[in-house]
Amino acid sequence: MPLPDAERLCAALAESLRGELAADAALVGIHTGGVWVAERLHAALGLKTPLGRLDISFYRDDFNRSGLHARLKSSEIPFEVTDRAIVIVDDVLYTGRTIRAAMNEIFDYGRPSRIDLAVLVDRGGRELPIQPRWCAHAMSLAPEQNLQLEQGADGRLELRLAHA
Amino acid sequence: MRNPQLNAAGGLQHLLTIEGLPREILNEILDTAAPFTEVAEREVKKLPLLRGKSVFNLFFENSTRTRTTFEIAAKRLSADVINLNIGTSSASKGETLLDTVDNLCAMQADMFVVRHASSGAPFLIARHLAAMGYDHIHVINAGDGRHAHPTQGLLDMYTIRHYKRDFTRLSVAIVGDVLHSRVARSQIQALKTLGVPDLRVIGPKTLIPADAEGLGVRVFHDMRAGLKEVDVVMMLRLQNERMQGALLPSPQEFFKYYGLTADKLACARPDAIVMHPGPMNRGVEIDSAVADGPHAVILPQVTFGIAVRMAVMSMLAGG
Repeated sequence: MPLPDAERLCAALAESLRGELAADAALVGIHTGGVWVAERLHAALGLKTPLGRLDISFYRDDFNRSGLHARLKSSEIPFEVTDRAIVIVDDVLYTGRTIRAAMNEIFDYGRPSRIDLAVLVDRGGRELPIQPRWCAHAMSLAPEQNLQLEQGADGRLELRLAHA
Repeated sequence: MRNPQLNAAGGLQHLLTIEGLPREILNEILDTAAPFTEVAEREVKKLPLLRGKSVFNLFFENSTRTRTTFEIAAKRLSADVINLNIGTSSASKGETLLDTVDNLCAMQADMFVVRHASSGAPFLIARHLAAMGYDHIHVINAGDGRHAHPTQGLLDMYTIRHYKRDFTRLSVAIVGDVLHSRVARSQIQALKTLGVPDLRVIGPKTLIPADAEGLGVRVFHDMRAGLKEVDVVMMLRLQNERMQGALLPSPQEFFKYYGLTADKLACARPDAIVMHPGPMNRGVEIDSAVADGPHAVILPQVTFGIAVRMAVMSMLAGG
């Protein structure tokens, strides 16, 4: 199955957000792929609020089964969360559990006025009542298929499909 | 024989001592601790990792700081924390250590943080848990006799890495009562494992182990010579009870020869850091001008200690 070009999806996602965001809205990318996408959106939209980054490992619901993963990143939320409109940005939306964890983490920084979700690809297979407000590409994948965003040595983003 | 701290997969089951832990595990603990430092900056200083777990602080020996930082670490991970002040409870009524442990297991304990005046007590508990088949219960040594204080050693390593980055180019001096110090033992093991090439201990002959050089350290009895060009000065607490024996003439005389003053610190590198595990005896092992001066990183050590203990507890509980 041919996969769409990730850089073009980023550009399309930026266009769909343009004019839709409050002046002081903040983007929060989820490590690692979501941060890459959020960096592109942030630059394309010329947002003034600095970009936030979340590593949701501390909020995963499978910690008791799988423990912590190596190479944790620090979460950085360099703005006041309370009363702010926040857009969570991720590369691939699947079960929705990562987004649930991200929302829990954001609420530990304050009470945002609203949270929206922007994703590059919605691959279906939701296990929680979570839907993106913006999505550049929707497709349906089987559970054993694993869609990942990767960054090449030249910095270009690329989608890759693997079988678990 | 397998290291009793590691599970079959080579992960941490208990944290009992730094001795025998491979460099990869020490680095993994330090790497894991880094993102936990950021939690202290949040409005809600809590993570859900140990939600529903019960952590028992078993302190058979007095400690305020270590017990408090373990308690804060566990609470920031959302665990329920139960502090047992053993001096006033069952042990004084004659209950054995393992009977106490069995009772707490029957209360669904998930983790024991143990401090005991006898070297090896946390090992005894860990071996007992294994014999009883309680693989889900973890033990952290918070200081046993003269043997080990691994989380103190790890938070010291975190502090050094934070300020100095690369262990493999450092000169480090440990100063004071090395002989009786479980902190010094854990520090030496960690520094050797992490590849510090120049490790020195400084103190009077009566307070340095006779076999110190066998640990791979250089021994100095002259503090100025020992501090020459070091990057890191790690002071040890002089325990008051040592004064009663014949090991030391007086606190004043100890301060004269081995107290860290600005004058002696001038022998170290200009960017040297000064560490102390606390509680400090000002005017005995360290002068106030140094303890409160620009080289001291003693209070950051305390803050990092919470993150390091959160990391260790999370790694143990996550299996």
